Amino acid sequence: MKKDVFKISPCFEDIMPQEYIELVRENTSPFDNNQGVNGLGGGKELIEEHPLCAGCGLALSLRMILASLPNPEDTIVVGSTGCSAIAFPQVALHNIHSLFGNQNAVASGLKRALKLRFPEKTKDIVVIAGDGATADIGLDMVMQSWFREENITTIMLDNEAYANTGGQESGMSQKGAVLNMAPTGKKFSKVSLPEIARESGCAYAGAVNPSNIKRFEKMVQRAILVAREIGPSYLQVFAPCPTNYKLRPNETLIKAKSREKDNTYPVKEYISPTAQEFLNKLEEGKHNG
Amino acid sequence: MIDQKVVSPEYLFFEAPREEMFITGSEAVKEAVKRANVDMAISYPITPQSESMHLVGDLFRDGYLRDYYRGESEFAVMSAVAGAAMGGVRAFTATGGPGTLRAFEAFSTWAGARLPIVCAFMTRGINSPLSIQPDTIEMAFMLDTGIIVIHVETAQELYDAILKSFIIAEKTDVHVPVGVFVDGFFVTHTRDKIKVPSDDIKLPPYNPYSAPVPVMDMENVPIRHMRDPFVMKSNFISYACHASWQQEILAAVERSRKHIQHYFGSLIEAENQDAEILIVASGTAVSQSREAVELARAEGINVGLVKIKSIRPFPTKEIKELSSNAKYVIVPEFNRVGWLAREIKASINESDKVISSPKVFGGMTMPPELILDEIRRCSK
Repeated sequence: MKKDVFKISPCFEDIMPQEYIELVRENTSPFDNNQGVNGLGGGKELIEEHPLCAGCGLALSLRMILASLPNPEDTIVVGSTGCSAIAFPQVALHNIHSLFGNQNAVASGLKRALKLRFPEKTKDIVVIAGDGATADIGLDMVMQSWFREENITTIMLDNEAYANTGGQESGMSQKGAVLNMAPTGKKFSKVSLPEIARESGCAYAGAVNPSNIKRFEKMVQRAILVAREIGPSYLQVFAPCPTNYKLRPNETLIKAKSREKDNTYPVKEYISPTAQEFLNKLEEGKHNG
Repeated sequence: MIDQKVVSPEYLFFEAPREEMFITGSEAVKEAVKRANVDMAISYPITPQSESMHLVGDLFRDGYLRDYYRGESEFAVMSAVAGAAMGGVRAFTATGGPGTLRAFEAFSTWAGARLPIVCAFMTRGINSPLSIQPDTIEMAFMLDTGIIVIHVETAQELYDAILKSFIIAEKTDVHVPVGVFVDGFFVTHTRDKIKVPSDDIKLPPYNPYSAPVPVMDMENVPIRHMRDPFVMKSNFISYACHASWQQEILAAVERSRKHIQHYFGSLIEAENQDAEILIVASGTAVSQSREAVELARAEGINVGLVKIKSIRPFPTKEIKELSSNAKYVIVPEFNRVGWLAREIKASINESDKVISSPKVFGGMTMPPELILDEIRRCSK
């Protein structure tokens, strides 16, 4: 995208909101300043408001993912039905909300189309969808996009339930969890999708939570850069749901930290040798530069 | 890529010298896609469609397409084609029968997102119980998805309709998907003489910036783009937006009438239209009807024949006018529900003169004598 598309029509100069004037004149555009998560709260962001519940782990994670994008001005987000779909209309990126579960199929077509149209440009395709869309209804299309080695990043916002439809059990709910449609408790374990991703052809697969902001940013960037250059990547983000799991809004991060500590939601990172070599070069370059 | 000269649609459709080929309906699809300047095709096997997308794959190998792959299911393929179209390329695929139903949710979103996809539907029975035989019942389900529905009779029409549909689908004032429906087996698996121009010419490329909706490429200002996210809010404005957008899609389909008239000549064709008995049909039921008309004439019964080419938009006004003098309107169909008869009944004032028969389904052929029996009954 050409960043100079942001302009003020001279006849509207005197009535434009102050923040838009700053965006254009003082270069506060999130497309111009790759400040990463450090820049959060310091200027225009790719998402500033959201309609999700107070304390929503998903809203926080989405905001951090967007701040971590290495190339926001040329990133297209493909979403799916779920809580995050309600937040996407507030995101200042082209985003596609297609159906429920078909996000990786849509992303496959989109990535290939943009490769044809912009062979010289980097266009990152990032799928951001919930656990129901990724591990249940859409698992076939998610895995098949990995088998086909599509150059797309899949990020799951895992709140361990179908949240937006009213708190039903999902494949990512913990075993024994009592949720709608699991009235006597869930009968099987959480789907181990990072491992499935690793075995299905992802060059990078990981699980993380938003409690450590720098680690989170690094893993999002790794997932996207690996997908750009090496092969498909998967990142699973634990995004606690205060509404369906009856947490107070201020307990979201406490929950994420405790689940990491008691090893029921450990941080994981699998990197293929080729991806590791690529990341080493990139990250060494960063340190030296 | 194979080097082909870009020519105007008018030249390719109407002026370029043509040579005769003796090929199947599936091969006619290949010949159309070869000249359609398609960027991407995505395939998934299902009888009776598979062969056509095998041949499109061969075109990719030979350098006529820029990308092609086999998806994992019809739903995934229709989703991926949507992604490709949202990314601004010309996309093609084909399916039929149970594949159409497996992918069904996608078609409404194609229309909703105003994607100019062209899909060939090679109709076949739906699994109640299992059948791979010819049947057009899937068209009944597709009529209200918001896509333009063209029903062709022959391999020649299939060839022409695919090419013309890209041009109609991509008109800025239309910009909705087109389904080209063809009766499976009867057309796809039989050989016919068709005339095609040389294969060193092709249609002009699709220009995604002519679309009335923004292409999802982050090359224009990022405002709230897709049509559906902004209806994700529960407030009055979202209801109003959604309602007006649905009307906009219907209006876009209506606006295609003039382009269908231009490129297909008309939405219907009629012969001996002043007769008291009219047969109205679409697809290969027209061929059977034509034979029945000949048999009836030999018996001294005067019968007219109306062929409907465009089912959506439906030629309501034309059918109303044509049938106003008829005492009987016979509608033979290759399905058990009689969806075309329902459409015609809804279009005319005296719906009791519409005879929804013969209905032949499950893969059986339609002997013209069955239609002739109806004609005889009406002529008494």
